[in-house]
Amino acid sequence: MERSFLIRQPSVLIFIGLLALFTIGATILSEGFGLGLISTSFIKTLGKTLCLCLIALAMDLVWGYCGILSLGHFAFFGLGGYMIGMWLMYARTEQIVINSLANAPLPPTSGEIRDAIGSQIFGVVGGSEIPTIWTFAHSFPIQLTLVVLVPGLLALVFGWLAFRSRVTGVYLSILTQAMTLALALYLFQNDSGLRGNNGLSGLQNIPGASNVSQDTISIWFLWASALALGLGYLFAAWLVSGKFGSVIRAIRDDETRVRYLGYSVEAYKLVVFVITAVIAAIAGALYYPQAGIINPAEIAPIASIYLAVWVAIGGRGRLYGAIIGAAFVSLISSWFTSGQVPDVPLGFYTVKWVDWWLVLLGFGFVLVTLYAPKGLGGLFDRLVRRQDA
Amino acid sequence: MFRILIATVMLFITALSVSAQSADLQTILQENSKAVERSSRTTISPILDALLESESTNISTLLENWQSKKLWMRKSDGLFFFVENSDADPIELIDIESNEVAGTADKSDLKELRPNSGVRAVMASTLVRFQLIDEDQIQRTNALTAIERDPDESHLDVLRGTIADEPVTAIKTRMERLERLLTIRFDKDSTARVDAITHFAGDTNIDVRAVLNPILATQIKTAKEIPETENVAQRLSVGNGITHDAAYQLLVDNNLAPQRITTKARDAALVANIADGKIGGFDVASLNTEARRIEAYQALASKESVPPFITEEAAQAALDAHVFYDAYIEQDSAVTDAARNTVRSINTRVGAFQVADLGLDALSLASIYFLAAIGLAITFGVMGVINMAHGEFIMIGAYTGYVAQQLIPDYTLSLIVALPLAFVVAFGAGVALERLVIRHLMHRPLETLLATFGISIALQQLAKNIFGTQARPLTSPAWLDGAWVYNDIVSISYIRIAIFVLALLFFALLLFILNRTRLGLEVRAVTQNPRMASSMGINPDKINMLTFGLGSGIAGIAGVAIGLFGQVTSELGSNYIVQSFMTVVVGGVGNIWGTLAGASMIGGLQKIIEFFNPSNTLAAQTFMIIFIIIFIQFRPKGIIALKGRAAGD
Repeated sequence: MERSFLIRQPSVLIFIGLLALFTIGATILSEGFGLGLISTSFIKTLGKTLCLCLIALAMDLVWGYCGILSLGHFAFFGLGGYMIGMWLMYARTEQIVINSLANAPLPPTSGEIRDAIGSQIFGVVGGSEIPTIWTFAHSFPIQLTLVVLVPGLLALVFGWLAFRSRVTGVYLSILTQAMTLALALYLFQNDSGLRGNNGLSGLQNIPGASNVSQDTISIWFLWASALALGLGYLFAAWLVSGKFGSVIRAIRDDETRVRYLGYSVEAYKLVVFVITAVIAAIAGALYYPQAGIINPAEIAPIASIYLAVWVAIGGRGRLYGAIIGAAFVSLISSWFTSGQVPDVPLGFYTVKWVDWWLVLLGFGFVLVTLYAPKGLGGLFDRLVRRQDA
Repeated sequence: MFRILIATVMLFITALSVSAQSADLQTILQENSKAVERSSRTTISPILDALLESESTNISTLLENWQSKKLWMRKSDGLFFFVENSDADPIELIDIESNEVAGTADKSDLKELRPNSGVRAVMASTLVRFQLIDEDQIQRTNALTAIERDPDESHLDVLRGTIADEPVTAIKTRMERLERLLTIRFDKDSTARVDAITHFAGDTNIDVRAVLNPILATQIKTAKEIPETENVAQRLSVGNGITHDAAYQLLVDNNLAPQRITTKARDAALVANIADGKIGGFDVASLNTEARRIEAYQALASKESVPPFITEEAAQAALDAHVFYDAYIEQDSAVTDAARNTVRSINTRVGAFQVADLGLDALSLASIYFLAAIGLAITFGVMGVINMAHGEFIMIGAYTGYVAQQLIPDYTLSLIVALPLAFVVAFGAGVALERLVIRHLMHRPLETLLATFGISIALQQLAKNIFGTQARPLTSPAWLDGAWVYNDIVSISYIRIAIFVLALLFFALLLFILNRTRLGLEVRAVTQNPRMASSMGINPDKINMLTFGLGSGIAGIAGVAIGLFGQVTSELGSNYIVQSFMTVVVGGVGNIWGTLAGASMIGGLQKIIEFFNPSNTLAAQTFMIIFIIIFIQFRPKGIIALKGRAAGD
């Protein structure tokens, strides 16, 4: 009998353990449940970082293992956010509307409630009709299903079209970039039904939990994000450890040879593409309630390129690499851009990190690509190997 | 009654006596001095008529001065004078008849006449008849412009009187045209109007449409039967041309049917009738559906405390009893028929011109995309690497142009300097990038993509740190301002023509370099088979460096061109980068003709989609990208694909 993939990959258990420790530690130090040493906003940052790690994991699967450099996975991330955001916004507005209509002389009809919700949500884009795509926005289970279904379907159609015509390499990268740009431009329109460039807002308020403070909600989401990341990691590790994993790695290394061996390369690629899109969507659905707002700028091509950058810095082709990269770069980015880093006076010029951080990141990234092609995860590997020897 | 009659007769006689005298201007003004002093729109007309009757040669001067508040009154004797300089002390008085100095007066003894804007307008339209026969050609043209801007019924006769004597052909043509426009608007004679309208068939100028469209304005009306007097454009039936609700509302507006009870009125009536938590026997709390509310209202109506609902049958009966039609506001059917035909012929021509204009727009957009993408296509073709920092080379070029303009104040000269300078700077940046980064990442195209992305964000942020976040202007020289205008519809700005020419130049230049020079031969050899080329004595390293520099240099020049009609910001390049990629991918890699085809296709397509949905450029771009994604399905290697071994795999 084959040994379990968990035993063959000790790093999985180590990671899960560390993640659990981190989550418990953060909870103990938090304002909501523990000592109050960590502010709620920082708990949210940590929770969001976990979601970014999850999408980085998806990116690592599709790029690091299957060799498809997708520059459009943030489209799925954003779509997931939009789908859950629709419910959050609709349900919350419904509560507000019902409360405000309670004092009216006549009890409100369902039509009146709908009209009031419509003008509340869409007044900002000059409409009051509730668009058709919001048909299921009142229902949490349906909208939750759509979080998975809509991005999954988009990935399926797009991937099928792209892989079928054997678009590969940089061509495919540009095509995925075009896809996310098209989606962002579409959502920027006011008549897209998703409030144009205003996006969806107020997502941090959970309907039905108006009495619960943000301190507590942030912890819930931290746990949910950690759980999702843990499960995602287990799933990814299981996926890449078996025969499936061998085939997709083979596709990355020599697509033509795999095809000659009789494997349906397109089907494998499509499966990986859709699975990672769904993981990205779940990450997005957990991310945006913590961020509180989603707008089409989040889907702009640059976001997806940054995602590739995280994975490359962390070290692609190894799952923990993606996690390290996403956590390291996004946390250090928010540290540098927060203005907490002291400026460096050079006498004739003061280096303000808020201004110079991107320059540093850009060149640092070039250096990593040139001199550490395996990323930070590669350095980690080297350390482990030295211990072994 | 009798007294009024006498008074009228007396007035009439006085008026006659004024005109009979044909007195000098001062006399006429004195006779009406009260009205002159406090003129209004109504009182000014008889005075102006009297002045015209006098046939004095100085009327136009008088009116002009009066209009521009240069007519003053001497308080001591009530005489009127021109005052040229009201700041002088004492003020010099000028005779209104002879324009000669007629003494001086102290400011306290003088009163300035201040005609209000209504009066000034009346004067201006009277003045027009003098200006139209003025010796000075410019005066006559100005008069025509004034009429065009604010036409009036009285101008028609004046114009007709002056056309025959007009010596200059161009002005005469313009007068005739204006006369026709005025005829359409103001003439009472139907045949004259129809003739004038027919004459404008196919004339695409906006002023013609501005005159014709009001003639074709319609109004939806209703009646038991269509009256004979109406000039009907179209009969409407409910559901066809007019909705049920709109038709009924029209009946209500014309008091032909009772008002329906709206939801709002119903709910208000319900609220007004709440008694002890009940409405007509229904619990208030139970009225949370439409059906229940209707029931409650009907209960109230049956007690006659509120007006009853209008039933559907009653509404339908009212609709059936009336006809609905679209009637022209213009009564004369001959005129509306002629106008309709003329407008149709005009619209056909306008459509054709719009297509031509669209073609020009598409051409100019295509040239911009071509300039932005051609550098990318060369490097991609030769080296197989995607340069994400390409957009930043465009930006570098634009900023070079901006800096050149700061140093050299003359815009023409600075542009001449900026173009080669932008090439040199971007060439240098490109070569540096190739030497330092890309050379080390050969055969790892995806990593090149990411490394150049790192360069891209670093360069963008550097530009922000150096030049600030606000947009910097790159001003075009005066001779590039303005536009080439064929008519009201077809026009293109000179900058766009210049960019088109620039794109053509570079297209020709690159074709020459690649097909006719040693460098081009070597580049093509390296593109097709680098190992073989290297064994034939070509240094691929050097060729790679030079091509990368060349591609980057052209991007720099494109940056100057793009900066000229937009503004220079650090995001300038990234706005074009995705379009450039798509141009290259659609056109086919490593081929100048392919890039040309790709740029034409993307530029043309974007303009065509915008044409169908002009209010929404975002949708146009979305649809275009989706189209490209589908297009790639059918031609994965682009429009012009490399064939044979050159295609690589």
